[in-house]
Amino acid sequence: MSGRIRLMGLLLTASLASCAPRADTADTGVTLRFWALGREGEVVKDLIPEFERRNPGIRVDVQQIPFLNAHEKLLTACVGGVTPDLAQVGNTWIPELANLEAIARLDEQVSRSSVIAQMDYFPGIWDTNVVDGFVRGIPWYVDTRLLFYRTDLLAAAGFPEPPRTWSQWLEAMRRVKSRGGPGRFAILLPVDEHEQPVILGRELGAGLLRDGDRYGDFRSPAFRQAAGFYVGLFRSGLAPAWSNSQIVSVYQQFAAGDYAFYITGPWNVGEFRRRLPADMQDKWKTAPMPAPDNSRDWPGVSVAGGASLVLFRASRHPEEVWKLIEFLSAPAMQVRFHELTGDLPSRATSWASPSLAGDPQTAAFRAQLERVVPAPKVPEWEEITVQIWQSLEPAIRGRTTVDAALTDLDKRVDRILAKRRQVLERRRPHG
Amino acid sequence: MADPRRRSIPSEVRAAWLFVGPGLAIIFLFFLLPIAAALLLSLTDFDLYAVADWRNLRLVGFENYSHLLRDRLFWQAMRNTFYFVLVGGPLTVMVSLAAALMIQSKLTRFPGIFRTAFFAPAVTTLVAIAAVWRYLYHPQFGLLNHALGWFGIAPIDWLGDTRWAMPAIILLSIWKNFGANMIILAAGLQSIPESLYEAARLEGAGWWRQLRDVTLPMLAPTFLFVAVMTCIGYFQLFAEPFVLTRQGEPLNSTLSVALLMYKEGFRFWHMGYAAAVAFILFLVILAATTLQVRLAKGREA
Amino acid sequence: MKKPLTSLLLHAALIAGAVLTLLPLVWMIMASLMPTGEASSEPPPFFPSHVTFDHYRELFVHLNIGRVLFNSALLAVSVTVLSVLLNAMAGYAFAKLRFPGRGKIFGFLLGALVLPAQVAILPLFLLMRQLGLVGSYWGVILPGMATIFGIFLVRQYALSIPDELLDAARIDGASEVRIFAEIILPLCRPVLVTLAIFTFLGTWNDFFWPLVVLADDAKYTLPVALANLFGEHVQDTELMMAGSVLTVMPVLLLFLFLQRHYVQGLLMGGLKE
Repeated sequence: MSGRIRLMGLLLTASLASCAPRADTADTGVTLRFWALGREGEVVKDLIPEFERRNPGIRVDVQQIPFLNAHEKLLTACVGGVTPDLAQVGNTWIPELANLEAIARLDEQVSRSSVIAQMDYFPGIWDTNVVDGFVRGIPWYVDTRLLFYRTDLLAAAGFPEPPRTWSQWLEAMRRVKSRGGPGRFAILLPVDEHEQPVILGRELGAGLLRDGDRYGDFRSPAFRQAAGFYVGLFRSGLAPAWSNSQIVSVYQQFAAGDYAFYITGPWNVGEFRRRLPADMQDKWKTAPMPAPDNSRDWPGVSVAGGASLVLFRASRHPEEVWKLIEFLSAPAMQVRFHELTGDLPSRATSWASPSLAGDPQTAAFRAQLERVVPAPKVPEWEEITVQIWQSLEPAIRGRTTVDAALTDLDKRVDRILAKRRQVLERRRPHG
Repeated sequence: MADPRRRSIPSEVRAAWLFVGPGLAIIFLFFLLPIAAALLLSLTDFDLYAVADWRNLRLVGFENYSHLLRDRLFWQAMRNTFYFVLVGGPLTVMVSLAAALMIQSKLTRFPGIFRTAFFAPAVTTLVAIAAVWRYLYHPQFGLLNHALGWFGIAPIDWLGDTRWAMPAIILLSIWKNFGANMIILAAGLQSIPESLYEAARLEGAGWWRQLRDVTLPMLAPTFLFVAVMTCIGYFQLFAEPFVLTRQGEPLNSTLSVALLMYKEGFRFWHMGYAAAVAFILFLVILAATTLQVRLAKGREA
Repeated sequence: MKKPLTSLLLHAALIAGAVLTLLPLVWMIMASLMPTGEASSEPPPFFPSHVTFDHYRELFVHLNIGRVLFNSALLAVSVTVLSVLLNAMAGYAFAKLRFPGRGKIFGFLLGALVLPAQVAILPLFLLMRQLGLVGSYWGVILPGMATIFGIFLVRQYALSIPDELLDAARIDGASEVRIFAEIILPLCRPVLVTLAIFTFLGTWNDFFWPLVVLADDAKYTLPVALANLFGEHVQDTELMMAGSVLTVMPVLLLFLFLQRHYVQGLLMGGLKE
């Protein structure tokens, strides 16, 4: 046969050989595939050698995935049948993954575990991982949103302490705005984010969805009031109608006093410390969310965000994965992780450590975490959040009324949930 | 050409199927079959629920299509895509034609070098190039605004301003694609007989009249080919907004139909709905191509 | 008749055009050699203040780009070898072997050229899932192993092979396979080289499908890895440009050396419409 054919045959064989699936660690032991997201993905690699030392025979292969398309990638992997052994996932994604039966129930492991004690976790946070009564993930670090504010601007406006109720808050904002003048605002609320209206709605006790989470409930009196309050902040000039892509630099503008309040999460503690000039560092502070006026409790509730560790059902090494989850969930490990990333631990015990207990900026988070509620646990929640801000934006810009916007929102959400209703109907036992 | 009177011999037929078989099988299985399946898929409400349990799948007839036609986002995607095709297409072809005319000119020395330079963008990876242009378009540090500054033009927020985002993508596409079309047009120019130009010059025709009366008519079939191929390609606009403007930003001003299909299909996993979007795209491309060819043939008559 | 002014203007326009066209690519190389942060200074510089290979080092040492380069090359070579073979076989058969339905099938294939590949993406993904090929290189290789355009290209070229040559070989007792291997393939070398370059380029640059099918970052190809890098390091201009250089340079150099064949291929495709 001609040399050409032989050459082609060689190339073919070479390509085929390289496509053969790689076996697990050839000698002994097990390799776990761990998908970690964003910065946490980089940092967790530093913690792995310790785990491997304590558990000879287990190797962990960490794949770092940018946050930007992590959600897509996870779902693609689930649909395609190529999930890793375990992954760090945003806790709002857990209902979706549970619905696909892609992630395992962990109740049994939790009850047997000496490291993971449910009691030690913030209740609102633990709750985000429970779907249909079963535990589907272990909270790793937490995230919630609260006020970051300029202490000096507030003090000058007659507020040495941060506001604790909505009316105090509104008054503070008005005073700051009038002192600031044109071109300055009281609060930054990016119009393409859903967290703020959702938080305000939750504070008033809005359910957001009704009837077993099968219909939109954005026209409820509670949410209506919250949306009115929210849109009112823009209309009265207290907040600029900017989207995230229009904001030049959050940090520069905060330092310049363009706004005095900003509702954001724990990662910004580190960012503010890094990016604000040195003379600004004693002029900002965090504070829990103000509570609505007639509320008995303080602070006002906020969202229960954060990331969890999940075990995929297709994994062939569930015991080893559980060992890794326990390792990362040990309070000491959580503290170390916090020191490396600034992320807040999900366990109360971890908060007792000096690095956290002594930090004045994280104290507000500690208080807030006692009062967090999960998002509605429907697989469609991610999609619904997009609709929330997209429906409110025209109202913010004065192109429609709040009532019309909420009617539109309910209509869209009802349609998104149509499939869910059918599936639940089908599952319901007849007779 | 094989003798048409010769009847096919069994061994030849067997060999033919052996040769044609693998290729046809691949094309059928991984191209034609999925396209047919897309049509079927668009008549269902296939989504993640169905992935979990196939019994959750329902046949919904044309419901996906009717919802599509009432969806504001879909019409915005269509507007954006048509904006891109109707502005970017002709611009690209014009630039290609100008470049082709220049390198084919008898006056030009070293046409090969220029041809290589103009063609280089066409072989580059779009993702890599989009990354480069993302920085070139930076409002503060980008070279483009810097250059505009020399002419006294204020910096433009190319990728952040809803008015300028699509033009930014159009510019990128022209840059990337004009080379390929240029080569084809140049070949077409080369095949025009010199005698026709001679005859025109004898009649006293100057450069412009030669272009209008000889070049363009003779180039028409090649031009049509280039126009149709560009059009088909441009309707499928996807990678540029995906990488350059972070999937349709700002505020969906660069959301194309293909990008919408990707988002619905691979982000929200409304696969039946996404298949309907894909099919509408196909019909639009088919209609546009037919229209173009029909018009051209009509002019010929 | 000499037209010095026109010639001057023409060349000026050509040079300006060439400079503008190559500018982004040259800047890409320049920026990749700049020290970190220099590209984001005002006014934006064009030349690096001093050349540094730090970013390339970072890519190779920490971000494993060597592996990714290898993946891209491996995939591109595999698809090219396999698809050139299959397309050549089919193209030859359509040109020279008589079999029932040949004309109709070919006509149908030509018509199918209008179908946009994007319509097939979702069902193809679901099909790959059924076959268990998601996350495997085969998921990327298989769909690319034969293309209508490739078959068309070979067929057009093979038509020009004289029948007498084939008949003579058959009379001599050669099998069809031998004829293909020893007569057709050598004669078709020009179009096969063109096709190989086309296919290699297409596979190297392919973004969307590998993005969807390849889950494991050990298997990423350059465009996918680059997009991933973008997600994390969008602030690091110089690093991103180094990544772009590594993605673009191999194929650009390939093109420079094999220009003639590539251009020829485009012409053959273009003039047939």
